Amino acid sequence: MTISEHLPALVVVLPLMAAPACVMLRHPFAAWLVASGTSWLCLLMSALLLRQVADHGAFSYQLGNWAAPWGIEYRIDMASAFILVIVSAIAAVVSLYARASVAHEIEQSRQYLFHALFVVCLSGLLGIAITGDAFNLFVFLEISSLSTYAMVALGRDRRALTAAMRYLVLGTVGATFYVIGVGLAYMMTGTLNMADLAARLPAVIHTSTAQAGLAFLVIGIGLKMAAFPLHFWLPDAYAHAPSAASAFLAGTATKVAVYAFLRMVVGVFGATGILAVAAMADMLMVVAVLGMVVGSAVAIWQTDIRRALAYSSVAQIGYVLLGISLLTEAGLAAGIVHLFNHAVMKSALFLALGSVFLRLGSVRIADLAGIGRRMPLSMAAFLVAGLSMIGVPLTVGFVSKWYLVEAILHKGLWPVAVLVLLSSLLAVVYVWRVVEVMWFAKPSALALTAVEAPLSMLVPTWMLAGAAVWFGVDATGTMAVARAAAAVLMTGVGQ
Amino acid sequence: MREKPILRVATKLLVPFILLFALYVQFHGDFGPGGGFQAGVIFASGFILYALVFGLDFARDALPAAVRRVGMSCGVLIYAGVGVAGMLTGGRYLDYSVLAADRLAGQHIGIFLVELGVGLCVFTALTTIFFVFAGRNRDLGPGD
Repeated sequence: MTISEHLPALVVVLPLMAAPACVMLRHPFAAWLVASGTSWLCLLMSALLLRQVADHGAFSYQLGNWAAPWGIEYRIDMASAFILVIVSAIAAVVSLYARASVAHEIEQSRQYLFHALFVVCLSGLLGIAITGDAFNLFVFLEISSLSTYAMVALGRDRRALTAAMRYLVLGTVGATFYVIGVGLAYMMTGTLNMADLAARLPAVIHTSTAQAGLAFLVIGIGLKMAAFPLHFWLPDAYAHAPSAASAFLAGTATKVAVYAFLRMVVGVFGATGILAVAAMADMLMVVAVLGMVVGSAVAIWQTDIRRALAYSSVAQIGYVLLGISLLTEAGLAAGIVHLFNHAVMKSALFLALGSVFLRLGSVRIADLAGIGRRMPLSMAAFLVAGLSMIGVPLTVGFVSKWYLVEAILHKGLWPVAVLVLLSSLLAVVYVWRVVEVMWFAKPSALALTAVEAPLSMLVPTWMLAGAAVWFGVDATGTMAVARAAAAVLMTGVGQ
Repeated sequence: MREKPILRVATKLLVPFILLFALYVQFHGDFGPGGGFQAGVIFASGFILYALVFGLDFARDALPAAVRRVGMSCGVLIYAGVGVAGMLTGGRYLDYSVLAADRLAGQHIGIFLVELGVGLCVFTALTTIFFVFAGRNRDLGPGD
């Protein structure tokens, strides 16, 4: 077999093996080199996989050569390949940034640990995206989550420890609920393979066991993706984690959880028709809209900008869930494309803030007065990504909202469309109050001491900010992939 | 513990047998109850007993942080490496059948090596966890 046939396994195994290599090397620079090199290789492999799917359609890889549904199957279709590319792209860009940022924020003797955890987390996230086995998904969920808890705990002050602990408790509850849900489904069907589950569940969905399984899955994954009102772990975790970790997690962790939701709830349980019958879609819509509005509103009142961005993430997950709750292909495509778009712009915002933290040692809004004049390039990137957050035309934020509103109006739900616009207005407030302080206020004494961020941090920040514009101007590529991914996930759900 | 000769002598007698039993559980895991995880835990418990009776410093000398770190890393690398070996010899990832000319022998070698990696990793990870917790409120050993 050629190496290209092994890509599905390699994309997960390579980062998994890079982690112990980082631990053995121990030298911060060497560990970073391994981590960053691995991340870029994963991006290359993910891109190749996406092209393979685009050219030849979905395919499987059987681990250990045990045939599915008995063995573990890696299933690569449009949806999983798209998530692979999103996760590895964000990881690759953030890994470039991580060297300087981590060197500044974490003590020398622990820096190699960050890089090791980074690649373990990457491995887990890629594994979630690629696996076609419900229990294997749980294993990868835990791999990525455990490394995330440790990464958050490496944060700058002791508050990071409480944040990590809270995240640990809620994340473990989420994982436990997920595995209970899978267990109940397994009890009724005797299989863990997703495709097999989807084929067998319709016959048993009338039982309360299978329905309870679905409920556990929804709550469990809901906790992991910080869907309102299960988001309480998220603001603290993002605010106190090391900057590079915040940027990486904001772009990937919740996105991958949304993918798990899409895969398990829409992909596997969708075929049973229960989503439409049990008013589950309506409940999801209510939760999504509440998350959108409340998340944006709470973001306005935050003094720590990273907390504001974290609450904005809760709102953005709301947009994605809203797209899913429409249960149409257009809605799903809008949600999926927003996964990419939001990953790009939110990571760009966190990277820009990380540069500020490097120079100022603070990201409180009062300390940022006039910082735009001292660090014009970093803050211009923040401005671009912020505008995208609002949804200004020619940015990716606009693309997502356009398709989302279009899908909503297609269903005739104009009050919901109004709420989307209201939430965008709230985004104007929370983005603009930061931008105003940054660019128009008189520089504070602290801000006057700042100089522009080093090139190794500026370039990654602008790579993402540039992508936010690039894919905002020309969204045909991303939309085509998102539509194809939605079509894959909607098979079985029907219209 | 200087004034507790019975404990000290009993520990010195027991530790080798605990380690031996761990090796039995490790290598007999194919045929009887056992396997890498259990063996790793038992092996670690030998060192933990030693640390409880003779003190953390002696235990750390017997099992330095560098050794544990390399053990943990190698454990994972052995496991993943066996999978890659399956790939290099013409099979899929974690396909043990291709590791030897005979399918059955291949499966045997594969699971043997994988369990070895698991045992090593669990042993070093558990002792590290114990040493770190036991060493709280005092100076950490070098590299812990």
